[in-house]
Amino acid sequence: MEFIDLLISAGLWATVLRIATPLIFGTLGELICERAGVLNLGIEGIMTMGAMVGWMAVFQGADLWTGIAVAAAAGLLVGLLHGLLTVPLGLSQHVTGLGITMLATSLSYFAYRLLLPETTTPPSITPFAPLGDGWWQAVPWLGEVIGQQTAPTLLALALVALVAWVLYRTPAGLAVRMVGENPAAADAQGISVTGVRLMAVMVGSALMAVGGAFLTLSAFNAFFFNMMGGRGWICIALVVFASWRPGKALLGALLFAFFDALQTRLQQMTGGALPYQLFLMLPYLLSILALVVMSRRAAYPQALMVPFRKGER
Amino acid sequence: MRLERRAETPAVLSMAVPVLALLAAFIIGALLILISGASVPAAYAAMVDGAFGSRFALTETLTRAAPLMLTGLAAAVAFRARLWNIGAEGQLYGGALAAVWIGTAPLGIPDALLLPAVILAGAVAGGLLLLGPAVLKTRFGVDEVVTTLLLNFIVLLFVSMMIEGPMKDPMAMGWPQSETLPMAAELPRLIPRTRLHAGLIMALVAAGLIYVMMTRTVLGFEMRAVGASPRAARFAGMGVGRVMLLVALISGGLAGLAGVSEVAGRTGYLTLDMSPGYGTGGVVVAMLAQLHPLGVVLGALMVASIFVGADAMSRAVGVPTYIADVLVAVSLLCMLTAMLFARYRLRRG
Repeated sequence: MEFIDLLISAGLWATVLRIATPLIFGTLGELICERAGVLNLGIEGIMTMGAMVGWMAVFQGADLWTGIAVAAAAGLLVGLLHGLLTVPLGLSQHVTGLGITMLATSLSYFAYRLLLPETTTPPSITPFAPLGDGWWQAVPWLGEVIGQQTAPTLLALALVALVAWVLYRTPAGLAVRMVGENPAAADAQGISVTGVRLMAVMVGSALMAVGGAFLTLSAFNAFFFNMMGGRGWICIALVVFASWRPGKALLGALLFAFFDALQTRLQQMTGGALPYQLFLMLPYLLSILALVVMSRRAAYPQALMVPFRKGER
Repeated sequence: MRLERRAETPAVLSMAVPVLALLAAFIIGALLILISGASVPAAYAAMVDGAFGSRFALTETLTRAAPLMLTGLAAAVAFRARLWNIGAEGQLYGGALAAVWIGTAPLGIPDALLLPAVILAGAVAGGLLLLGPAVLKTRFGVDEVVTTLLLNFIVLLFVSMMIEGPMKDPMAMGWPQSETLPMAAELPRLIPRTRLHAGLIMALVAAGLIYVMMTRTVLGFEMRAVGASPRAARFAGMGVGRVMLLVALISGGLAGLAGVSEVAGRTGYLTLDMSPGYGTGGVVVAMLAQLHPLGVVLGALMVASIFVGADAMSRAVGVPTYIADVLVAVSLLCMLTAMLFARYRLRRG
């Protein structure tokens, strides 16, 4: 009974939505890159950079939404670098992505230490406030869940619909899907494969960076080293789980966040009878399991990780 | 402007590639030093001095190069066969955990056999850790990049569970660390009063053996064939799956040995902060070496000297230590770009 109560409590689902938010941003971003045919293993670093840059902007006096915008701009720039190396130059997307992660992470740490030399307690900002009261309070259970969220979470949810609409209902989305499935055919139609891929990687990376900024500007109020803790890699697994579809990406992020939230509560309920690390492993093990199940019918974008060079096969 | 494949890469060019890449990385590093308000010549002088300037500096660099050689070999072997092993960090910790377990458990292994048993245990554990993702790749088509990455977290949590639980050293004043290996299980010191240990010899021997394997054996030929084109290799009658699994065992085993080298050579016990990122460092080393096993030795020395030197530089002129990671990441990206221009030339039109 205790467990059922837990599952339907608005408190749990408010937590789930909060944990899911950076994953939704990151997964959507990765999904856009991969739909255009570019694997972006730079995600962990790009999210770190978004977290640091967004926070630093606010710490220096910018308002919170400007912080989000600055993070997006930083993501756009790192995305441009990853795009230039992998699209026109056609370098190995695996190794370049790792390099981007290393570069973006270490540059963020370097800049953080440069701007804020040694302090014992990390300086903090005033983060996004929960939405609190509003017309949604009238809806019994959902109102309570929404009231505990911050504005960027609503932005993430709106983006799921927006990305799905753009991908499936607009010429730009068609171009993205075409260069990811059959770049030669797209090229024959007069679409610039290089241009579309570069744009997709830049926009996708900007979303990743906003996901990172959510952590420092809403979930927490400070920047910590190693604060991404592998969330970026989880997003890559979630894209496969979602079969490259925005709606399923939302579902995957919520499911993952659910197990993450459940894990802390299960820990409390078992009262230390089991090592806490077992619960922490759960989300990662489930990710691998999901990959195995989904990979059997995975519809990879056909040109994922295949560089396109005109006139070369 | 477009890229055109060169018929042949001039030897001079392939030799110049790593030098140019490192040069570019150090120019970008110089910009960062300028931004942080230090003098570039003074900073780089402190770096060279910190990495090579004294007996202590040199042995520290060599000590740090040993695990990087092993993880670098792990990456080089796997990448040659296009098995994207990004999990060397987890395999390193898995190897270290197995090594400590064999070394400290009351198994009654005679002293003379203890060190070989410890080394073997580490290699086997590392190999098995990569075997899982390799099987998932060949049987179910699960992308190994994601599985090896996720396994890193699982292994680290497992290590944390063990060193806070069953393998915790009761004498460690509550710190989460494993029991200390007995003397007989330790890799001997090479130079007294320094930390340089026989892990370096192990790494050099491994580099030599991998070189021979890749250039002189059937397996080495098959690995390169599978890496160049799995379809052609299958058409030629090679068991692509079998080659992949062997590659996984060798690559994971090498990363596991890096863990052995650290616990049995340097620390004596296992903690969660044992590796400052030797896993990803190995990827950089392998790429700097253009996946050549003997080049890995040089690449590892280069990366190790950047890390050891940057620490000294940071202390001397007050540049944040993270500059080492920036330099390593930039040299990786520059190296990739430079390798491309060794294979392709830029043409107008």
